[in-house]
Amino acid sequence: MDYAIEMLNITKTFGPLIANNDVTMQVKKGEIHAILGENGAGKSTLMSILFGLYKADGGIIKINGEQVDIKDPNDANRLKIGMVHQHFKLVEVFTVLQNIILGVENTKRGFLETDSARKKIIELSERYNLKIDLDKQIRDISVGMQQRVEIMKMLYRDADILIFDEPTAVLTPQEIDGLFDVIRFFAKEGKSIIIITHKLNEIMDIADRCTILRKGKCIKTVDVKDVNAEVLAELMVGREVNFTVEKTVAVPKEIVFEVQNLNLFDKDKTKKILNDINFNVRSGEIVCVAGIEGNGQTQLVRAISGLNPSVEAGSVMILNGINIVDKSIRDRIELGLSHIPEDRQRYGLIMDYNLSENMVSNTYYHPEFQKHGLIRFDQIKKYTEDLIQKYDIRSSLGATSSARSMSGGNQQKAIIARETSKNHNFLLAAQPTRGLDVGAIEYVHKTLIAERDRGNAILVISLELDEVMNISDRILVMHEGSIYAELDPKKTTISEIGLYMSGSKRQTSEVKHEQV
Amino acid sequence: MYDSIVSYLALVLLAAIPLIVTALGGMFTERGGVTNISLEGIMIIGAFVGLVTVNKLPASWFSSNFVLYLCGMIAAVIGGLIFAGIHAIAAIKMKANQIISATAINTLAPALALFLTMSLTLGEAQGSDKILVNGTRFIIERVPLLADIPFIGEVFFTNVYPSLYFGIAILVISSIVLYKTKFGLRLRACGENPHAADAAGINIYKMRYQGVFISGILASLGGYFLVTSFTNEFDATVSGFGFLAIAVMIFGNWKPKNIAFTALFFAALLTLSKGVAFFPALENWLYPPIPADTPPEQIAFLTYVSTKVIPNIISMLPYIATLAVLVLSSKKSAAPKASGLIYDKGER
Ligand SMILES: Nc1ncnc2c1ncn2[C@@H]1O[C@H](COP(=O)(O)OP(=O)(O)O)[C@@H](O)[C@H]1O
Ligand SMILES: [Mg+2]
Repeated sequence: MDYAIEMLNITKTFGPLIANNDVTMQVKKGEIHAILGENGAGKSTLMSILFGLYKADGGIIKINGEQVDIKDPNDANRLKIGMVHQHFKLVEVFTVLQNIILGVENTKRGFLETDSARKKIIELSERYNLKIDLDKQIRDISVGMQQRVEIMKMLYRDADILIFDEPTAVLTPQEIDGLFDVIRFFAKEGKSIIIITHKLNEIMDIADRCTILRKGKCIKTVDVKDVNAEVLAELMVGREVNFTVEKTVAVPKEIVFEVQNLNLFDKDKTKKILNDINFNVRSGEIVCVAGIEGNGQTQLVRAISGLNPSVEAGSVMILNGINIVDKSIRDRIELGLSHIPEDRQRYGLIMDYNLSENMVSNTYYHPEFQKHGLIRFDQIKKYTEDLIQKYDIRSSLGATSSARSMSGGNQQKAIIARETSKNHNFLLAAQPTRGLDVGAIEYVHKTLIAERDRGNAILVISLELDEVMNISDRILVMHEGSIYAELDPKKTTISEIGLYMSGSKRQTSEVKHEQV
Repeated sequence: MYDSIVSYLALVLLAAIPLIVTALGGMFTERGGVTNISLEGIMIIGAFVGLVTVNKLPASWFSSNFVLYLCGMIAAVIGGLIFAGIHAIAAIKMKANQIISATAINTLAPALALFLTMSLTLGEAQGSDKILVNGTRFIIERVPLLADIPFIGEVFFTNVYPSLYFGIAILVISSIVLYKTKFGLRLRACGENPHAADAAGINIYKMRYQGVFISGILASLGGYFLVTSFTNEFDATVSGFGFLAIAVMIFGNWKPKNIAFTALFFAALLTLSKGVAFFPALENWLYPPIPADTPPEQIAFLTYVSTKVIPNIISMLPYIATLAVLVLSSKKSAAPKASGLIYDKGER
């Protein structure tokens, strides 16, 4: 069998961390080959090596049977390898056209010449049905179109080995279907495709074969038609996984938190980021805000938590009967707010403080932790050790480990322990499972449901639709800073949510009220 | 009145050219992603090396003063490149803090120039820290034909320094290089999103070195242009022109055309105190003659106001304007996003 790509015994380390450990992967010509693995398994690293962004410490790469040395992206380019990165590599203030030609520009008498490039791109975009506005700046186009620009960059360079790193993370279900159609068309033309994902249903849907990575090691390469999602999950995680989250029917009671006419502009006061938001969260229920990244969810969280207090006049946020719009962050915390932030390393933990100091970072001034202005370290240590036990937080030195030394999953456990152990009745959780492995995700979901059953009100922001469907009792869909729909997870489907997420559908206000 | 305007415009241009050239240097380095606040220091070096060169080379070697002027430019550029090279190596290769390495240059440059002036007796006399400039020898008295054009001929083609033409040429070329060439596109990509440039196969480090070196060339020329046309003696200072150029670059939003206009605006303010002399009416209004019947005890005070207070206030204007302008324009600044940030290939 002829392989288009062979990566043999690839090893790559970052300091003490082995990101790829003797990984071997072979991709046939014209196939769609998936790489599956949890976050941190080393998928992006492996592909960055193939694309010449990183240099492998060991192992060899063969393209079409010939051993090659890929030192930089130019070499990859010459070998007709293209890559759409997980985080797009586009210059925001350049036009689409400039981004596509960057690095392979034509010149005429020393000057840039773009007419021939424009012609070629228009031909390509018609052939593959990839709609792009060549003269718009990247910052003015949608994420979906940005991805098409990245794809066009590969096609413009005549790539026939195409690498997609988590291409679906930023797309609506409808856009994902469109992307997969294009990818299938590429494969039919004889291009070889590598697609990275940790979503099992997508692999079942599109891939011919799948290589599974776990903790930097290559576990196995399988034919997708011989396996099912459960088998893949087990290979990925290394043990059996329980997909469904067990929970009883919610019994919501009184309103704990309510938002009325919340409006927020961006820094320059030119663009509305939150547009007339109204909703409430009751005790004993989990409300999930679904939406594509960048549709105002982050700003909503920052407005509620007080990280960004500059909401427009007239905005009202009531927590336990008190309008918190003008309250400080500490006041909000004292009024019953707990917050699991989206960026846990920036807003969740002080990375160079130890675990026990982090455990009281928002309660250290309470009498149980301080006396006459002096911290009671013995009390804090005892408190932390209790939580370590209760929440199974693992670290090398227990209460004295620095937050930085802990794994992502355990950092998140520590934040959850702090936020759910302090006095509160409203929990705001922003992407609480982002970047966690399947085991840790299960744990977080269980904790959220236990919180709910204890009678607390919970607001979860999530980008993962599976998660939204699994844990929520009520779904709010956000698009461009507005709530487009309020849905019951038992009565809706992922593709219906997708329509609201992309803004192609919007509930009228009457329907919304009926459902409340 | 007409003559006054012509004289004042010529003076404004004289001050604007060094600002434009230096600010363009700052623009190139920042567009590539390296901040360089050592423009001031590099201007001093350029001025010093250039001046010493034109003063010490025997005039008999040269067919014309213009060629001598060119030699000064070349020497200035070499000096500027060396100092820009120090900054580039610190900022790009050693990944040092760019503000600190540039500050080191700003401190080193005047000290070194002064030290060499004194120890090598380059000054006017033994022990003097001042170098005589004698820049008027470079003046081009009139450009044939063009000087006959009304107004334009008088401002641009009569009694001008060569720096005027070099400055305008640098402005035009800079604008073309930045927007119309492959180099410009790549440089801008490196200053905006080096990760994107890297993925497009562009050598970030190489582009950034080039950006910093261009700033060295232009800032040293700026310094040379400034001292040869604007002052009579040089004592190892360019009086904050380098920092003013940074303000010009920022207010000019890192765009050549805007930089040119901003520089003209600042130059108009800078030359105000000298310019007033061209307009007798204005001068009269600012410095009214002391009436004959003034009580003697008030004469001293009024003299003090008109010789010390008012001129000083006028001299302050450009700096006050700088502050005001930066405060006002900081909101919609279009700074290159990655400027001043160290690029690390491994970092995500
Ligand atoms: N440039 C880097 N420097 C240090 N560590 C890195 C770097 N890139 C990746 N890693 C680490 O290597 C591991 C694999 O990362 P990555 O390849 O991005 O995983 P995946 O794409 O499978 O989620 C992770 O633990 C990550 O933190
Ligand atoms: Mg990845």
